Amino acid sequence: MNLFLATLLSPLLGGLLLALINNPRLAARLNVVTGISTFIFSVLLALEVLGVKSVDAMDGWFHLDAYNVFLVVLTAFVGMTTTIFSGPYMRHELENGRVNERRLRLYHSMFQLFQFGMLLGFTTNNIGVLWVSLELATLATVLLVSLYRTPASIAAAWKYFILCGMGIALALFGTVLVFFTSSAVLGHGNEALNWTALYAHAAQLDPAVMSIAFCFLMVGYGTKVGLAPMHAWLPDAHGEGPTPVSAVLSGLLLNLALYALVRCKMLVDGSTGTEMAGHIMMGFGLLSLAVSALSLHKQRDIKRMFSFSSIEHMALMTFAFGIGTSLATFAALLHMTVHSLVKSAIFFTVGHAAQAMGTQKMAEIRGLIRHHPGIGWGLLVGVAAIAGFPPFGVFTSEFLIFTAALESYPWTTVPLLLGLLVAMAGLFRFVQPMVYGETPDYAKHVHVNMTPVYIHLSLALLLGLAIPGFLADWYHQAAALITMVAPSAGGNA
Amino acid sequence: MSAILIQQLVDGFAALMLLTSFALLAQHRMLSVLHWFAGQGLLLAATAAIVAYGTDNEELYISALMALLLKGMLLPWLLRRVIRQLHVHREVEPLMNSSMTMLVALGVTLFSFHIIQPIEKTSLLMTRDSMAIATACVLLGMLMMITRKKAITQVIGFLAVENALFFAAIGATNGMPLVVEIGIAFDVLIAALIFGLFFFQIRTTFDSLEVDTMNAHLIHKDDDE
Repeated sequence: MNLFLATLLSPLLGGLLLALINNPRLAARLNVVTGISTFIFSVLLALEVLGVKSVDAMDGWFHLDAYNVFLVVLTAFVGMTTTIFSGPYMRHELENGRVNERRLRLYHSMFQLFQFGMLLGFTTNNIGVLWVSLELATLATVLLVSLYRTPASIAAAWKYFILCGMGIALALFGTVLVFFTSSAVLGHGNEALNWTALYAHAAQLDPAVMSIAFCFLMVGYGTKVGLAPMHAWLPDAHGEGPTPVSAVLSGLLLNLALYALVRCKMLVDGSTGTEMAGHIMMGFGLLSLAVSALSLHKQRDIKRMFSFSSIEHMALMTFAFGIGTSLATFAALLHMTVHSLVKSAIFFTVGHAAQAMGTQKMAEIRGLIRHHPGIGWGLLVGVAAIAGFPPFGVFTSEFLIFTAALESYPWTTVPLLLGLLVAMAGLFRFVQPMVYGETPDYAKHVHVNMTPVYIHLSLALLLGLAIPGFLADWYHQAAALITMVAPSAGGNA
Repeated sequence: MSAILIQQLVDGFAALMLLTSFALLAQHRMLSVLHWFAGQGLLLAATAAIVAYGTDNEELYISALMALLLKGMLLPWLLRRVIRQLHVHREVEPLMNSSMTMLVALGVTLFSFHIIQPIEKTSLLMTRDSMAIATACVLLGMLMMITRKKAITQVIGFLAVENALFFAAIGATNGMPLVVEIGIAFDVLIAALIFGLFFFQIRTTFDSLEVDTMNAHLIHKDDDE
């Protein structure tokens, strides 16, 4: 599995190398090269894994199947486009004196370390190592959130650190509880924390312990997913950090936390044979949807506003994974993909918009389309896509989630629809005046790189028009994998 | 040593663990908080060593050593330096008064014993009684984070939670696999270093280590009302 090692080591080595490079121009280039090489390796790896369904690498320390290899590619892809975007963006920040060369070095190095943590978390076969890598990715981003060293950014990073540290401590307690029961079945060793071994023996795990463990895991990883009422860190961290960081926080880190939660749910379902875990996830999903849709209306900062939209979409995915039918899981995976693509594209655009207007306050951002058509249209189309307008992929996945909800829990469609409508109204209420209208005098010309935005949005469009056959197969494989251990299969998978 | 004696020792250490958690909540002077925290670290190392001896598990000796060095010595020493350099010997008034905090802590402990009951029945491990206490310590550490206003005491609360988790791992499950233990210890170390870095940044930026002062900068970003 040399490809696997290459995928994992590329960001790690890149990050270490970037820690030594002071020249901003060179570092930005190396950052892009690292991003591209990680992506290429991950695609080759995915092709290899999809051919054989599932692979154990390095003596079973790592496990690759359709579910996680798909997320590896997504992570590598968004990571790559973010490095391309961050080149001109960070140069502008450097020229404006918001960062100095030393902090830029920290930024590049931590960004790649974050990528490494993400990829490690997705591919590891060990629950404990998954926890460690999620913590690693968190710590890397804490330093990134406080990069500007403004009072608000330090306060935001502190809040992020404490709240997520707390949440992730609860998840560790849940992991200890899982080990507590699994070590009685699988022996006292690494075996008892391996996903593959745990799934094989899920039915033998003690249901009472697993239920308690899931409560801790839910609150713990749920904090990282950004579910209400544990979401307080998320808008601050997204609002105060550099924009490329907001993009990967929203587009990638939340996915890893949700991935961990779904893996835990599969395990608990297999052990208890009830739908308890799914119902808890649905409850958190609906609550977060309502909270985020309402909070969105109260925002004044553009990045905070879009971070509430991220909570909304993570809530939707949590809800869909909670339903747990294969249609719902398929929809959730599709939604995860399109949300990552569209939301990071929106953050890229927002970053340029904020640089052009010199502020993140929505009231002072006006007339984007006249000032710079690329930014204006990018924002408008991105928001249309994220709000769930056809023909974009978000529409398809939301439609599928509705269909799945209607099949299993018809009454939930009412709060779902209400939440989505309220959120959409909020988005357009704010975006309309920012895009149209007169351009203010203080608007500056900035060097923008819209290519990543166009790539992301056209991919989202493509997914909405027609999901390519190989991708649909892929989703089906992953959905089958996730629902396999569900109660309908009797937990004896 | 016989198995019964070891179990009694572990139970005794569990009781001491709970005692230190209560003591951390009750103390107001920064340095006393720190001493109790260091004591908790030593207690962890001793528990790990006893369980390692009782179960003949060599990996656990390494965990014990890591606990001794990291939680018993390095972290308290780092925090002590920070306290000295930033001159924050006195803790400000906590949000709740002491007797109220103790009552809530008592309730939290009873609650932990209640939720862990189904687990205790199922376990065959010799150290099962400590799970309830570990849960209580996790929740008490969180209580400490909620009721204290200074950034440093919040961090000690955070590290106390981490200690309780470590105790849950060794006391209740005879230790997690070594790879995971090392990974966790590594993360805690990095986290502590970042915390230390933050203290100085917070101090220079806000001229105070109180969390309320910091949050004021975020709150006015929100809505007006």
